[in-house]
Amino acid sequence: MSPAEPRPESFLPLPPAVFHILMALADDDRHGYGIIQEVLARTSGEVRLSPGTLYRSIQRMLDDDLIVEKHERPAPELDDERRRYYGITRFGKAVAEAEASRLTDLVKLARASGFVPRKA
Amino acid sequence: MSFYRALLHLYPKSFRAEYGAEMCAVFARELKSAGSTARAGLLARALVDTLVNAARVHADITRQDLRYAVRSLRRTPGFTATAVIVAALGIGATTATFSVADHVLLRPLPFSQPDRLVKLWQTQASRGYSRLEPSPPNYLDWQQMATSFEGLAAYRGTAATLLGNGEPERIAGQRVTGSAFTLLGRSAALGRTLVESDIASEQNPIVISDQLWRRRFAADPNVLGRTMALDDATAVIIGVMPPGFVFPDRRESDYWRPLRFDARNSDDDRNNNYLSVIARLKPGVTFEQARSEMQVIGDQLQQRFPKELAGMGASAFRWRDEVRADSRLLLWALVGASLCLLSIACTNLANLMLARALARRGELAVRAAVGASVDRLVRQMLTDSLLLAGAGGMLGVVLAVASAPLVVRMVPSSLPISEMPPLDLRVLLAAALLTLLTGIVFGVLPALKVCRTADGSALKESARGGQARGTERLRSTLVVAQIVASVVLVVSAGLLIQALMTVRAVDPGFTTANVLTLRTWLPTPKYELSSTRERFYQQVLGEVHALPGVTRAAYISFLPMTMRGGIWPILTTTEDPGSPGGFVAPDPSDQRSASLRFVTPGFFDAVGTPVLQGRDVSGSDARDTQRVAVVSQSFARGHFPGQNPIGRQFAVAFAVRTIVGVVGDIRVRGLERESEPQVYLPASQQIDGQLSFYAPKDLVIKSLVPPLTLAPAVRAIVGRADSRQPIVDLQTLDAVVSLDTAPRVAQLRVVGAFTTAALLLAAIGIHGLLAFTVSARTREIGVRIALGAKPVDILRIVVGRSAGLSVIGVVIGAALAYAAARAMQSLLAGVEPGDAAVFASAVALALLMTLAGSILPAWRAVQVDPLTATRAD
Repeated sequence: MSPAEPRPESFLPLPPAVFHILMALADDDRHGYGIIQEVLARTSGEVRLSPGTLYRSIQRMLDDDLIVEKHERPAPELDDERRRYYGITRFGKAVAEAEASRLTDLVKLARASGFVPRKA
Repeated sequence: MSFYRALLHLYPKSFRAEYGAEMCAVFARELKSAGSTARAGLLARALVDTLVNAARVHADITRQDLRYAVRSLRRTPGFTATAVIVAALGIGATTATFSVADHVLLRPLPFSQPDRLVKLWQTQASRGYSRLEPSPPNYLDWQQMATSFEGLAAYRGTAATLLGNGEPERIAGQRVTGSAFTLLGRSAALGRTLVESDIASEQNPIVISDQLWRRRFAADPNVLGRTMALDDATAVIIGVMPPGFVFPDRRESDYWRPLRFDARNSDDDRNNNYLSVIARLKPGVTFEQARSEMQVIGDQLQQRFPKELAGMGASAFRWRDEVRADSRLLLWALVGASLCLLSIACTNLANLMLARALARRGELAVRAAVGASVDRLVRQMLTDSLLLAGAGGMLGVVLAVASAPLVVRMVPSSLPISEMPPLDLRVLLAAALLTLLTGIVFGVLPALKVCRTADGSALKESARGGQARGTERLRSTLVVAQIVASVVLVVSAGLLIQALMTVRAVDPGFTTANVLTLRTWLPTPKYELSSTRERFYQQVLGEVHALPGVTRAAYISFLPMTMRGGIWPILTTTEDPGSPGGFVAPDPSDQRSASLRFVTPGFFDAVGTPVLQGRDVSGSDARDTQRVAVVSQSFARGHFPGQNPIGRQFAVAFAVRTIVGVVGDIRVRGLERESEPQVYLPASQQIDGQLSFYAPKDLVIKSLVPPLTLAPAVRAIVGRADSRQPIVDLQTLDAVVSLDTAPRVAQLRVVGAFTTAALLLAAIGIHGLLAFTVSARTREIGVRIALGAKPVDILRIVVGRSAGLSVIGVVIGAALAYAAARAMQSLLAGVEPGDAAVFASAVALALLMTLAGSILPAWRAVQVDPLTATRAD
């Protein structure tokens, strides 16, 4: 008997680190350092996750079933056996979508208030 | 890299095991890609990052564990409630005794630089008195001669009737010298305190307490300058002290007025000892230096006044130490008793936790199997025990606050502190520490025991395996520890009961049945003349005698066991105006004295003290007839051995008296202290302006009806005699005597409560252990029954086990109890610390408790069905 599945909305607002990790895993499974690199690249070097923040977030996200540890590994010559690979779950996607939608709504409101410059 | 690896130790072990290697790898790559200049920055960032995130991971785990603990404790409400109550008992008892001990013994006094405050006393080593109140001339000489002190101040207790603004009210206060408040370093909340210039002031200034200000003046901020009508004067309010200000001791003082010395009141008499003296050490002067200086001054004064101060010295004591040695011992004994109870509670809880952990082995095994490490499981169990201890601690603080008034009653103190210990941060911190300690102590053993092998193997084992035996050994040790502690408590309580019975069995020298007592203050100057007082006595006593049911009524200076002092030297009948008391002392080495009381006729009848020879004082003893005295048997024996004392003469209190009667001895100083022989003088022969402190004010009424039913009628009678006369201390003589043993009774109640709790807990502990043993050995018992063992044999196995444990516990406990009893011997009123009856009862009680704890498990063992038991495997 599994406990009732939590609603994605119950995780909102997501901590920024968690949202970045989910985005980094959106199209591919990655190991820890890979996630740091991906976040760096996606934010043009603006956001650099520290190892502490990364792995603390990973632990919580595993507990919350937002990501899973992947057991399929790349070809051995490309792999380091210490590395573990993480992938986003369906539930993780749902949570990320809910967060994106929340942020979109927020931006709409900000725009209506004149805080966001309208596109020319 | 090793720096980073070391930093990772800040994370919980389980987290480190899971992610440590990866984190190191990530950090190594970052380190590689950073240039040598950026390295220092990276290391600094890593430090901050680790500190922040490790704290968060710990918090995450704790939150998880707490959620889990709350869920699992909710599922077992019986266990949870028991554990919380047991913890609350231990923590509550220890917090209560600690708060009182801390309040009375440890905390600095509420004055500026309190460690520099000392009390000065006269001493009389030859009679074993280390603290005699100094007389005014001695105080004034000390003030001039001593160089160790910044200042000296004297004070004495007084009381007055407050008139106007409603009912007359008797209020207690102090007369203080001008330097007192400055010396204490305390100022008024409103207005100012008394200063030197107030002493001679005609204005009659008065400083009042915050309580009086609120009670009688509705906290009027404009109270300064208002007058207060007291029975002897009208005083002008110059200041209101802050709330919580207590001086000089915890008897409530409602006002402070200037203390003036007056030769008319024999304030020039070196033996008129009634002052209390405090002093503040000069900076740089040590307490020991001051003490030796006081001793030198005492010697010098003795040389200067060899007659008056024969055998008298002077000494200094730290004010903080003005707690009687037996009160001090009592408090530490109580702290010891409560620690005993706490240790029993802890061992009991450890046993409960162990039993619970064993019952949850399946669940723990599952958690271990899905990857929870041993330290995670230990941490989870510690969270459980800390949560239980936390709940117990909160309940314990409530218990402590509720029981503090009882504990406080045991500690007669003469310190300037409030009566109740405050529930402040300090006490709460102590309670929190105790709670933490309790939680760790009772949680860690079971957790380690169960989880050490929690990698799966042992947890999967059945209860019959070696694991169970090891656990049983541990539980047996815990049970023995409980028996030891409860035997110590039972013996202590038993000895205290014996001591109380011994004290109660002491004959006070009077009967207390159906005697009502009360005090009418007869304030001066209205009642300064003895003729005025006589009129008052006659009217009141006449009307009281006419009340139905009243058989006898009389007035006396002070009831026995109240205002214990009033001790006078007994002199020869040779007059010498130069010597103290007006008569020649028998011999400087003869330090005999007597307790002095003035009485009206019929006092001995009223309290049932036998007149053994001669007569009582009578209405015919008047101011112009021969000065007479009634003395106690011990007085007659001591001063006129082998002679008929009737008609013999001696001098006391400024006059020669002729003995007209001998009465039985009364324990004027209380049941536990030796009393001086007693001298009673007729109230009608009291000289005006002399010994006014001794004017009879206590009324005793012997009746055939329950004494308190007379109270309304007596109040009406006193009101008719003087409508402005407040009545205080209305109580039965029985209550007066009970009050004398009240600290003992209170002390017994507390230790008794501890003991009951301890016995109960120990019985529960034994029950738990045996129930566990029986269930673990069900199969063995079944096999034995199947092989023909009789119920008696099975009983022998089960009860034999508990009997064995209790014998070990009793032997160790008795030895420790004897040591404890030796340490508190001075509290035992002469009862032997090795009292055989007490030890025998303690052993019997411990065995009874063992038996009580064994009944159910033994019954269950006998009921084991061999078929079911052997099939179970």
